[in-house]
Amino acid sequence: MDRNSIIEIRSLCKSFGQFKAVYNLDLTVNQGDIYGFLGPNGAGKSTTIRMLMSLISPTSGSISVFGKPLMSHRNEILAGIGAIVEKPDFYLYLTAEENLRILGKMNSIDLSSKQIHRSLDQVGLLDRAKSKVKTFSYGMKQRLGIAQALLHDPDLIVLDEPTNGLDPVGVKEIRELILRLRSEQQKTIFLSSHILPEVELIANRMVIINKGTTVIEGSVSELLNSGMLTVNFSIDDTEKAKTILRESQFASSVLGFSADSNVHIKLSKERIADCTTFLVDHGIGIDGISSTRSLEEYFLSITRS
Amino acid sequence: MFFTVLSIELLKIFSKGRSYIGFGAITILVPIVQAAMYSEGEAYFGLFTQGLQQQFSFTGTFLNGYLIAFVVLQSLLVHVPLLVTLVAGDMLAGEATGGTYRLLFSRPVSRHTIVLAKYSAALLYTIGLIAWMSLLSMGLSFLLFGSGELFIVSSSITVLQKDDILWRFGYAYLFGILSMSTVASIAFMFSALVENSIGPIAMTMAIIIVFTIISALDAGFIKDVKYLLFTNHLISWRLFFEETVPVDRILLSTWVLGGHSVASLLITLFVIVKKDILS
Repeated sequence: MDRNSIIEIRSLCKSFGQFKAVYNLDLTVNQGDIYGFLGPNGAGKSTTIRMLMSLISPTSGSISVFGKPLMSHRNEILAGIGAIVEKPDFYLYLTAEENLRILGKMNSIDLSSKQIHRSLDQVGLLDRAKSKVKTFSYGMKQRLGIAQALLHDPDLIVLDEPTNGLDPVGVKEIRELILRLRSEQQKTIFLSSHILPEVELIANRMVIINKGTTVIEGSVSELLNSGMLTVNFSIDDTEKAKTILRESQFASSVLGFSADSNVHIKLSKERIADCTTFLVDHGIGIDGISSTRSLEEYFLSITRS
Repeated sequence: MFFTVLSIELLKIFSKGRSYIGFGAITILVPIVQAAMYSEGEAYFGLFTQGLQQQFSFTGTFLNGYLIAFVVLQSLLVHVPLLVTLVAGDMLAGEATGGTYRLLFSRPVSRHTIVLAKYSAALLYTIGLIAWMSLLSMGLSFLLFGSGELFIVSSSITVLQKDDILWRFGYAYLFGILSMSTVASIAFMFSALVENSIGPIAMTMAIIIVFTIISALDAGFIKDVKYLLFTNHLISWRLFFEETVPVDRILLSTWVLGGHSVASLLITLFVIVKKDILS
């Protein structure tokens, strides 16, 4: 095991009858990572998180957290994890403060009202501390879910779709909170999300799983820079460029022209220089070049293949 | 950690409206029975003992606090099980319905501890319910009717002297706790098997009804095994009101009820520890 790995999952399998929800899953989360956990619906993300939180037992394979096997060190490991697993469900007949207090006690922490209020303030719920959770909207429950995940100052935070139900301001706040947790408190964050730009913005490493198995794992920037990129050339003569590109070796790679004098071409990293030379040689002035590859595009190409 | 989880479970029980239904029902029903007996008791008692009065001479009145408390105790078999299952049947199934199994079982506390604490909380609730019933039925009945001899007609006529009664009620209520704890244990077990709160209540009541019907049959092999059914022993508290208390029969009832409770708890532990939390 890597000295810095916080989560290490090897050959993890979970079957429900004949159905294999997770099959031979491997992943490694290192200390300080914001680790994106991606996959289409039914890929096995929630099943994996439930196994990680000891809510369901694996059929085979191993899960180690903080360098220790989960099965034999369950309580010790769970004491160091804060999590939201799927929906943010709470005891609706208790107040937000009461919910946090009993969850703190379950983690062997007797929290003072001041500590609980600080946690609620962190997620913008301080004014609703005394309100019963049954009066909360989904977004408020999601915030309370984040508060309970951070309550006992865990080293590892597992967040399953943490921005579901939040408004744009709430999404931004949670994103900033996650980044702060890593930069200021060196927390490790395991982030499952369907919102790909969110993962792209905050995660440094990621895994994509499909049909219960690992498709690809690595650094977000490296994965996004590998393979085909969308290259945007800012040019001075769009009409001329259209004509010469139509008859060139790049004809099939042209994705389109935009009104602001940009041409978008799908190229491998190695061919960007060739294409630039081709355009300049044919008298097209280039004001700028940028290459992008959205995670969404990458995710679709990976999961479809 | 057990006592921490137990205190949390008690807080949860007493924060839910349904937990007060049992106390509310008892608080309403017991005074209603007492008021009815206060106004019409003599007439009821006369009607009930009409046949006996032709053979025996009755002097004074048998309508007193002890008799009313005895009448209220009869409701143990019929009403209190339903009130107990309302809470015991919700202990685990309620977590499944509310999605809070995830919250609970992802904490650094073993599932054994959580199940045992929940079970203990359900038992404490049951004890509280019976204690409240005993307080209301004995206390208010004494205030309204005073004390006296206890006149009981079953297979034979028993008249217990007033200084020979109180201890019998004490044991009867303790036995009532055992009976209702068995019902609570069975509801608790069903609560682990399903993921809605209505199921355990319906299942427990169905079991009580079916076993009671079987207990009434005297045919074939049923006759030989029916003593093992818990429903046969739920009203064994009545044995404490026989002139000579049949200790062997009480012990048998204690074993059968205790056995059902322990078996239910063990099944619950097995189910919950093995359970994949998918809700």
